[in-house]
Amino acid sequence: MHIVVCMKQVPDSAQIRVHPVTNTIMRQGVPTIINPYDLFALEEAMRLRDQFGGEVTVLTMGPPMAEESLRKALTFGADRAVLLTDRFFAGSDTLATSYALAGALAKIGETFGKPSIIFTGKQTIDGDTAQVGPGIAKRLGFNQLTYVARIAELDLATGEIAVERRAEGGVQVLSTRLPVLITMLEGANEMRRGTLEDAFRAARTEVVTWNAADAGITDLTKCGLRGSPTIVKKVFAPSARAEKARQIPTTDLSFEAMAETVMGEIFARQPAIEGDLMRFSSGQ
Amino acid sequence: MAEAPKQAPAAAGRAGMKKELPEHFKAYKHVWVVVECEHGVVHPVSFELLGEGRKLADKRGAELAGVVLGSDREAIAAAASAAFEYGADLVYTITDPALTHYRNEAFTKGLTDLVNTYQPEILLLGATTLGRDLAGSVATTLLTGLTADCTELAIDEEGSLAATRPTFGGSLLCTIMTLNYRPQMATVRPRVLAMPERQPGRTGRIVEHPLGLAEEDIVTKVLRFVADRDSDKAQLAYADIVVAGGLGLRSAENFQLVKSLAEVLGAEYGGSRPLVQKSWITADRQIGQTGKTIRPRLYIAAGISGAIQHRVGVEGADTIVAINTDPNAQIFDFAHVGIVADAIKLLPALTEAFRKHLSVNRLAG
Repeated sequence: MHIVVCMKQVPDSAQIRVHPVTNTIMRQGVPTIINPYDLFALEEAMRLRDQFGGEVTVLTMGPPMAEESLRKALTFGADRAVLLTDRFFAGSDTLATSYALAGALAKIGETFGKPSIIFTGKQTIDGDTAQVGPGIAKRLGFNQLTYVARIAELDLATGEIAVERRAEGGVQVLSTRLPVLITMLEGANEMRRGTLEDAFRAARTEVVTWNAADAGITDLTKCGLRGSPTIVKKVFAPSARAEKARQIPTTDLSFEAMAETVMGEIFARQPAIEGDLMRFSSGQ
Repeated sequence: MAEAPKQAPAAAGRAGMKKELPEHFKAYKHVWVVVECEHGVVHPVSFELLGEGRKLADKRGAELAGVVLGSDREAIAAAASAAFEYGADLVYTITDPALTHYRNEAFTKGLTDLVNTYQPEILLLGATTLGRDLAGSVATTLLTGLTADCTELAIDEEGSLAATRPTFGGSLLCTIMTLNYRPQMATVRPRVLAMPERQPGRTGRIVEHPLGLAEEDIVTKVLRFVADRDSDKAQLAYADIVVAGGLGLRSAENFQLVKSLAEVLGAEYGGSRPLVQKSWITADRQIGQTGKTIRPRLYIAAGISGAIQHRVGVEGADTIVAINTDPNAQIFDFAHVGIVADAIKLLPALTEAFRKHLSVNRLAG
């Protein structure tokens, strides 16, 4: 069974800083990581491979430096890595991204065998859209299973798969037929530590690097900025509230006194809360 | 007047930048909201969207329509009348046994057909697991623009939808437009928009449409649905009082201080994103753009710096009280009451103050 995991290299958003004057992102020195949600997808793919046999290919689209995250995935235990990189892809929104990735996935199918399952994380931590997975599924005609918490059953002989999917107010147990695209929920598994063998193998493995033409993507009007129906009109930092927070003075005050003042301020602003709390407290 | 800072010039020939809307999209009118109705219950986010959709439709001089897909005639009729009372002028319905449970294939087919037939210019969905699953497929099928998790929707001077959302991991906001494609699609998370006033007795017209898809042609089957037990899940989004902690608590053990205060106040508790990443709290307790959006009457944030990703998740609170040792923390830009103090020391004092106040007054009462 061939499984492909789509990953993204993202800036470690916990460490992103915004320039206080220009409101631009200060990218210098911000470390990049594999999108954390994608690790659940990768681990689930490797578990299925270990259980049913086959290969796991990791695919990413991005600048040449995205190779780092593919190498990392190889050290975790992925079998093959494909980097899709071309300046024509720059500025892609989610529709253009799913077009390019679907193209590369078709090429991966021709070159290394058709995938039965494509995994992605539930979303990325930089874009947070959760749109690229469904976009790929639609373009390739794969059955779409989003927010999957657990793969309950997989029968390669019949091509049937059953999963538990997080839905509003409960869990849906769905069955469908391969090929499928699965977006994996966080916490579904725990990423293994790669073995020493994996590390050696990763060091020897060549990352397959394709530009648009290599991946068989010929309609460049559907790629990058040109292929993106959405445009970013402006980027800005929100303004502070007109009225700044009323600061409770702290000088020479004990924590008990500060707490009294904070409580008084809360009740002054929300008198109804005091009454509600009384009722809540007497009800206990 | 000061000019807004210039953005980088757009690449030549960018499809999205053309001024004139292509001829075949000019007939697209009206604002639509997908009304999520599962297990006979309408998701509150649908009413929140109808409230916002009403404003957008009025600004465009257009009608507001709800879209209800399902199998139960009575539930659909009830959802439609609720939609009218929350501002819809008309409701499109598709009633079919294949729509009993949400499934991507059937719902994508139904919604895509409706859009192609009746041609809305704006299509809004809740950013729920259903809405996000559906919106991604429908936008890809229609090859149009979709903006996820918007925090603000507006109509710009040229009549286009201006959808604002956090970007770069929630450190800035951006406004996104879909100028040359229709419909302009957006999702909004529950509780981001205010619940509109219900107008009892307000009514409208219903337009029925067929699904045109047989059950045997749908590959995916729902084997069963296991409802969450309410007690298992944090009820953060709709809580009245919320207490939350951030990295300023310094250790997982100190998170107990947040829980103790929440307990005295009968409040829900939660935390900022880094706490989930450090496994101090579970993901369903995360507050912010990628976690839960809350609109409580009172929100107490202890040791949270207040990055935009957090801010957009709590700004709807009536009163925000911030405790932080850093006087320059961003949270003081949008809190109503601030105190520069160590949360680890102030939280227990605050818990004690409330406990004492409530017990004294209980005795007195």
